[in-house]
Amino acid sequence: MKIAVCVSLVPDSTTKVKIGSSGKSIDENGVTFILNPYDEYAVEEAVQLKEKSGAETYAISFGSDRSKEAIKKAYQMGIEKGILIKANSDDYDSYTVAKNLADALNELKPDLIFFGKQSIDFDGMAIPGMVATLLNLPFVNVVTKLDVNRNEVTAEREIEGGKEIIVSALPAIIGAQKGLNNPRYPNLKSIMASKSKPIEEKNSTYSGNKTEVISMNLPPAKGKGKILENGAESAAELVKLLRDEAKII
Amino acid sequence: MAKILAYIESKENKFKNSAFETISEAKRLSGILGCDFASLVISNQSADELKVLGDYGPEEIFHLNLDEMNSIKGGNIKYSYSAIAKAVSEFAKQNGFTIILFSGTGFGKALSPAVSILTDSALISDITGINVNDGIISATKPVYAGKAFAEIKVNSANVVLSLRPNVFKAEKTDSNNAKVTDITSASLNLSANDFSAVVTEVVLSQGKIDVAEADKIVSGGRGLKGPDNFHLIEELASVIGAATGTSRAVVDAGWRPHSEQVGQTGKTVSPGLYIACGISGAIQHLAGMSSSKCIVAINKDKDAPIFQVADYGIIGDLFEVLPVLKEEFKKVL
Ligand SMILES: Cc1cc2nc3c(=O)[nH]c(=O)nc-3n(C[C@H](O)[C@H](O)[C@H](O)COP(=O)(O)OP(=O)(O)OC[C@H]3O[C@@H](n4cnc5c(N)ncnc54)[C@H](O)[C@@H]3O)c2cc1C
Repeated sequence: MKIAVCVSLVPDSTTKVKIGSSGKSIDENGVTFILNPYDEYAVEEAVQLKEKSGAETYAISFGSDRSKEAIKKAYQMGIEKGILIKANSDDYDSYTVAKNLADALNELKPDLIFFGKQSIDFDGMAIPGMVATLLNLPFVNVVTKLDVNRNEVTAEREIEGGKEIIVSALPAIIGAQKGLNNPRYPNLKSIMASKSKPIEEKNSTYSGNKTEVISMNLPPAKGKGKILENGAESAAELVKLLRDEAKII
Repeated sequence: MAKILAYIESKENKFKNSAFETISEAKRLSGILGCDFASLVISNQSADELKVLGDYGPEEIFHLNLDEMNSIKGGNIKYSYSAIAKAVSEFAKQNGFTIILFSGTGFGKALSPAVSILTDSALISDITGINVNDGIISATKPVYAGKAFAEIKVNSANVVLSLRPNVFKAEKTDSNNAKVTDITSASLNLSANDFSAVVTEVVLSQGKIDVAEADKIVSGGRGLKGPDNFHLIEELASVIGAATGTSRAVVDAGWRPHSEQVGQTGKTVSPGLYIACGISGAIQHLAGMSSSKCIVAINKDKDAPIFQVADYGIIGDLFEVLPVLKEEFKKVL
């Protein structure tokens, strides 16, 4: 079995966002980049499958040289091989990423492809479904439980107020959600070993964005709220404010 | 010439409010672009049940019967996302729709990427606004979990947009001239191969409002001290008709299920009212709820960051405040 995990590098969730000088992206000065948290569940699932029944495992990322960090983290968690598809520029939209990943995956022909359900930068939840459709493969996103059989998978997909049970043929694309497993913390040995592991580099095969960010802005600043200071004695006043002023109750 | 299709989600043959929001936005956009719009529903509803959509403006409602569609595959299935995506895409292509709107629900977010590829469209997901400049469409999209907003322009003849629930206004029109037209899966070239992954079962927790869909949310954090105290949150929520939410610290401690977690690695919510009790307001939590229309914080620490985004708040011990607050709400509701 061959398993591929598509990984991306994103700003750490504690990042205080500032807008960069272009006015179209964030200021990356001082920002720490990490493996997308949802990708950790994807990587962990692939590694567990490898440990259980043996598999060739790949981490694939599209982006600049910096994205190697995402692949390295996947190595630390137990992935064996890595491929970086080098972006021609920093300006790429989800369509361009999906096209490049689809081309690489089409060459690799894995039996199972994992993604994190979304990346925490643009939160699009777009790329797994796009790649699946480009490759004409079945796809289940927001998966919290997965059973892989010989040529079929059964997945639990989280939906509003419940879950769906989905049966899919293989090869398939699975988008991992928190709850799927508990991602391991890499130990020192695997961290050291990952340092010297090579990463295969490929050239980008597509660059024709369908969308363009024309500006990026911080959310409008909030006015000062009305904070009442008398504990339980303020409850009646709060209800009155919500009713008469905010008109929400 | 642009032409707008609103894909209307029908869960268990019922429309959610997000469906009406999506129709209303399609209508508004068609007014600005001076173009036609219609809606498409795939469900087992009758023409009469579908006609309520007309209250929000569409004259043309196209309907594909879900059972008829599923019969192509046969067997015990509820629905298949891939088959629905194919049906929507074929319908849009055959009828010249260039703009397809989805509600940004779990359903809409699963369908829209596939539809964008099948219709060769740009995709902008989870948007909070649509703008038109010189006939060119752009959308406002929260990025970095709401810490910033990107304005994203469409550089393609076709576009698929998914609209974040609870943000766009559902507006009724004066008259309902809706006409329901049935379409068949044969006309959409559907085959068994399009059902590559199938939903065989849907398990819903009964009687609970999901945080992602709720118009009011009461959230409890680590300040609740333990799982046994969450009845305080549940009781307040039930009095005001709210869903219950929580922080990651609470989920990680195993006090509440992950499905209730609000924040960067939980659900993004924009309810009309969000009451945060014993939640400090960590940046990852704020990311998921700061676009709520009215935020109320109850916390004993006057310096808790949650107060910086709060419209209203009480500094105090939640174990004292919540029981009184519940009674005060009861008096006026
Ligand atoms: C990658 C990553 C992703 C994350 N994603 C999320 C996410 O999606 N959602 C999320 O919520 N967090 C997330 N976090 C965690 C986040 O950083 C915080 O740890 C978490 O939000 C804290 O939860 P809390 O506010 O319940 O607890 P605490 O920070 O411990 O706050 C408890 C609050 O309760 C108050 N309190 C205590 N007792 C009382 C009382 N008797 N009466 C009134 N107030 C009282 C205290 O003053 C304090 O403000 C993430 C972290 C990381 C690293």
